[in-house]
Amino acid sequence: MTHYLDFEKPLAEIEGKAEELRTLARKSEGMDVEAEASALDKKADQMLVDLYKSLTPWRKCQVARHPERPHCIDYINALFTEFTPLAGDRNFADDHAVMGGLARFNDQPVIVIGHEKGNDTKSRIERNFGMARPEGYRKAIRLMDMADKFGLPVVTLVDTPGAYPGKGAEERGQSEAIARSTEKCLQIGVPVISVIIGEGGSGGAVAFATANRVAMLEHSVYSVISPEGCASILWKDAEKMREAAEALRLTAQDLNKLAVCDEIIPEPLGGAHRDQAAAINAVRAALTKMLADLNGKSGSDLVKDRRQKFLDLGKQGLSA
Amino acid sequence: MNWITNYVRPRINSIFSRREVPENLWTKCDECGTMLFHRELSDNLNVCTHCDHHMAITPRDRFNALFDGGIFVEVKVPEPITDPLQFKDQKKYPERMKAAQKKTTEKEAMLVAEGEIGRTPIVAAAQDFGFMGGSMGMYVGNAIIAAAERAVALKRPLVLFSAAGGARMQEGILSLMQMPRTTVAVQMLKEAGLPYIVVLTHPTTGGVTASYAMLGDVQIAEPNALICFAGPRVIEQTIREKLPEGFQRAEYLLDHGMLDRVTPRTQLRDELITIIRMLTNQPPAVKGDLPAPDETASQPATEQAEQTDKND
Repeated sequence: MTHYLDFEKPLAEIEGKAEELRTLARKSEGMDVEAEASALDKKADQMLVDLYKSLTPWRKCQVARHPERPHCIDYINALFTEFTPLAGDRNFADDHAVMGGLARFNDQPVIVIGHEKGNDTKSRIERNFGMARPEGYRKAIRLMDMADKFGLPVVTLVDTPGAYPGKGAEERGQSEAIARSTEKCLQIGVPVISVIIGEGGSGGAVAFATANRVAMLEHSVYSVISPEGCASILWKDAEKMREAAEALRLTAQDLNKLAVCDEIIPEPLGGAHRDQAAAINAVRAALTKMLADLNGKSGSDLVKDRRQKFLDLGKQGLSA
Repeated sequence: MNWITNYVRPRINSIFSRREVPENLWTKCDECGTMLFHRELSDNLNVCTHCDHHMAITPRDRFNALFDGGIFVEVKVPEPITDPLQFKDQKKYPERMKAAQKKTTEKEAMLVAEGEIGRTPIVAAAQDFGFMGGSMGMYVGNAIIAAAERAVALKRPLVLFSAAGGARMQEGILSLMQMPRTTVAVQMLKEAGLPYIVVLTHPTTGGVTASYAMLGDVQIAEPNALICFAGPRVIEQTIREKLPEGFQRAEYLLDHGMLDRVTPRTQLRDELITIIRMLTNQPPAVKGDLPAPDETASQPATEQAEQTDKND
């Protein structure tokens, strides 16, 4: 059962009708509906092209949060071999919202770290909807130290609504953990590559995305605050999220113009959730290219370039 | 509605209320309600003389009290591009900026200065909560980088007073990018072996806490300052339970191991001098006036007198 977003309603109707016709035909023999059904398919395809041609920023947020969108775990399983999860921050707990460990990418050993949101109720609760606690960031810090020690590139997959706003998380130093994780990203003398695969939610994303190269999937978003949060603060009305999403300039396309995103990874028609394999392959191609660019560089150059890249941000704005 | 309620009564009221509390002379403490005379309050660094409640203090007032004789030189901050996203909510961003500038008479939400405290040269940066909630945008990021670069150039410690509601939403992702940018600034100090001391003041929240404000060599907070990543209201909405008394306040963080010290504003200057002089391996500061000449004449070491602080 496909999950349709609210703006995909008309599409759902047409695809539903085609499906219905075909089921009907299967039940009663001799009935030929194929012509009619494929006409509907064609109409649906065209509608999909039209809908996804120019998604509004708010619609992009919806696509980025789509429950069937490939998540961190899907990318890790498909893109890496010998993935060996490494757990815990050696301090308090293992945070299941953050996956991390050793793996091979095109046979090269790397450290991979990412937010995992979960894909059903049980796993979503276990993964805390991809909202990390301090332990998650401290696990990442530990893994980045390991990467630095053994000269392994770091690949991060960012997909989080934000860091978890909870009592324990605050008591155990959520802000300090995020600050140290960002600091660690800036310190290590190995390539750091980040792909924003869904939602890049505020500080919780920055802690992993302070990288030499930041790529974003075509319909992913990266923002200082969620559109709902921004709307409730600036418009005093959380329902104004469409306006807020517009104003925040959180799409991969706008962020590319601002040099925050180095590369946009194309998604299959209708978003990554409609063809997971195609989306994953596009990420593979982008990662291969980015890693090849960085592999030959010395540790000190990588650190210097990474710093300079962030110091230079903000020199260009967007024109209206 | 008639002429009397619309016109006469407000005028009468305004005449009387003006006489009762002359503007700017008295301030009411938000905590205990005591009326405090302006001079008494500013002499006590905006700390209530009755209940010790720490009210906001502007960066300029803070620097006037912090630096020896109130003398400091402002460090120039590179000007960022204005309104990079052409941000518009119910008001245009440049309009909000103008209103904040008018209200505070400052250009932006951070002031950077160099000078001496207890004859100890430092660079200091202070965030202005009165300016759009002290929010961290590109200017604040540039200010922190400028402060760090200046500190490195002069080989001086950096003392940073934080106060902010978080990142400046009107600069979108570019405000978020100040988290890594300011972290680079902290690394510059670290590599130069210079002390970086953070004084967290009320309130320090969001992306500010999650970057430069939590990366100090020494972390000091003013009493009862709210210091957090997610604000208490957001947390209550998420976990749907009442938060404990004093949650996310300076003393609570101290108890949870997140701070080195909680120090009242009136003792902060002395404490900063003491800590900085130890970290930079300088002899202790001599407090109070210079000793009388005949006393020092008999002593061989005279350089101690040079360290004496007359401004206490």
